[in-house]
Amino acid sequence: MAQARSRKSRIGTQIAEHATGIIASLLFLAPIVWTVLSAFKPAQEARKPPLPPWPTTGFSIENYATLNTFGDGLWLPAQNSIYVSVMTVVLSVIVGVLAGYGFSRFRFPLKNLLFVVILSTIMIPFQSILTPIFLVLTKIGLHNTLTGLVCVYVTLQLPFSIFMMRNAFDAVPREIEEAARMDGANNVTMLLRVMLPLVWPGIVTIALFAFLGAWNEFLAALVLMTDQSKFTLPIMMTALQSGRFGAIDWGAVQAGVTVMMVPCLVLFLLLQRFYIRGLMAGAVK
Amino acid sequence: MTSIATITTPARRRKLVGAGRRQWIGLLYVAPAVALVVVFFIIPLCMTAWMSLHNWPLMGAHSFIGLDNYWAILRDNRFWNALRFTGYYTVVVTIAIFAVAFPLALFIERPRPLTGFYRTSFFMPAVIGFASASLLWSWLLNVDAGLFSPAAFELGLTEKKVNLLATFQPAFWSIIAMVVWKVAGFTMIILMTGLQSIPPDLQEAAMIDGAGPLARFRAITLPLMRRTLALALILSVAGSVLAFDQFYIILRGGPRNQTLTAVYWIFNQSFVSFKLGYGAALSMVLLVILVALSLIQLRLLRQPEGID
Repeated sequence: MAQARSRKSRIGTQIAEHATGIIASLLFLAPIVWTVLSAFKPAQEARKPPLPPWPTTGFSIENYATLNTFGDGLWLPAQNSIYVSVMTVVLSVIVGVLAGYGFSRFRFPLKNLLFVVILSTIMIPFQSILTPIFLVLTKIGLHNTLTGLVCVYVTLQLPFSIFMMRNAFDAVPREIEEAARMDGANNVTMLLRVMLPLVWPGIVTIALFAFLGAWNEFLAALVLMTDQSKFTLPIMMTALQSGRFGAIDWGAVQAGVTVMMVPCLVLFLLLQRFYIRGLMAGAVK
Repeated sequence: MTSIATITTPARRRKLVGAGRRQWIGLLYVAPAVALVVVFFIIPLCMTAWMSLHNWPLMGAHSFIGLDNYWAILRDNRFWNALRFTGYYTVVVTIAIFAVAFPLALFIERPRPLTGFYRTSFFMPAVIGFASASLLWSWLLNVDAGLFSPAAFELGLTEKKVNLLATFQPAFWSIIAMVVWKVAGFTMIILMTGLQSIPPDLQEAAMIDGAGPLARFRAITLPLMRRTLALALILSVAGSVLAFDQFYIILRGGPRNQTLTAVYWIFNQSFVSFKLGYGAALSMVLLVILVALSLIQLRLLRQPEGID
């Protein structure tokens, strides 16, 4: 009798817990779902309050078409964002892997000092050095170029990339390397053929963080990209939302926000464990 | 990770000494990283300090004026207001984030069916950018086309559609709600790593000794995750002190310039008024505040985790 009651109360607790969990999940997901659904309303309907969130007068991609008529359209800033993010990923991985390998496997003068200096740049907010960065980019002829923005983003990612990659290389047993060296592998083949297959989870992690960082960054892009043809998506969408291109079309804003969110969400869902790994590495440090 | 590194140290030392001059090649591997950090970080950092001693307009010559910019900061009431607002925002948002993230962390830490789904849902807003989240909420908060005011009106909660962004209190709390939505999942994961590092037998022993859930939380959970708490706290504080995107995109510093943050004020001085020297001096003040915070962080993190 007592047992039956305790089992019943346990089931009751479980139901209460799952109800809480589901309501909380809905609260967190709602704004995202609301936007993605509303973006598919016809333009007329999208200007009204999103009640209910889903299209009631037919499914439409009109908002994306409207978005494409503002400024330089949707495709140019999207291209800029893709270029900046992909280049940031590629360069972060190359520079991070090289430096991580160097710091893990070699001993050279100033090694510890250099490592500490690079890592301690996370203490300095980049917001406080944007003006000189602007002047430096002007000096080397990269002002108002996407390449210049990429350089800044790669630098901002460096402490994380190098920290992750050095740890990844540190975790590779020496014996593997020594065996490869016996077989006559030089430094470059060692890195490419022997080491890379062993540290690839670290590479995926830093690539993911580099992509999300570059795709979502706002302030540096706002300050450094003054020419409208160089706007990334966040800058172009903010210009639109501030009424720079005339009356604000909230349907177009929903469409734009959807375009900005979806790549992040898809990448995260696909590569979740690498993301959590990166967070853990940062937290355990 | 740490344990692996310590174990391999003796082997490495033997190897490194034997390898001799080949070790210099390491410099080549780290050279690109060092070059980037020097050009895009160290030099700009030194330039900020140098520029802060100058009257430096965008066009035309700059002139050395010593500490005048810093004296001007002392009299710059609007900067101090911005700093005070930033401090207020930081305290409020950090408390709000922890108040949401801690229960969530306790909730997802225990394995049960659907935990993976819950964890992913709570974390989703953390991976979209602050700019996307701000644009999204600027729509939801809009008085005519948004969600909250029209919904409250339709449900009969308000007599007319209230513009949430027109006065300070509703505007401020709207931003707090948006940031908590966006950041709580991130803080939750950090706190979860701390919770998971507590040995389960400790909790069980306390339970056998008759300690209730609240007593266990205070006597075991909190002290044992001090380091994690410090880390989550510092990440939240540093992020909030540097807040810009949400105030720029949703509120444009309004209503009546009441929500200008420190970074926003520096942005205005440097890139709207083009007082680059003055902006640099303001940046130095911000930088000192952040470095001080980081040093406190290192202090907190250095204390070993565990029971004293």
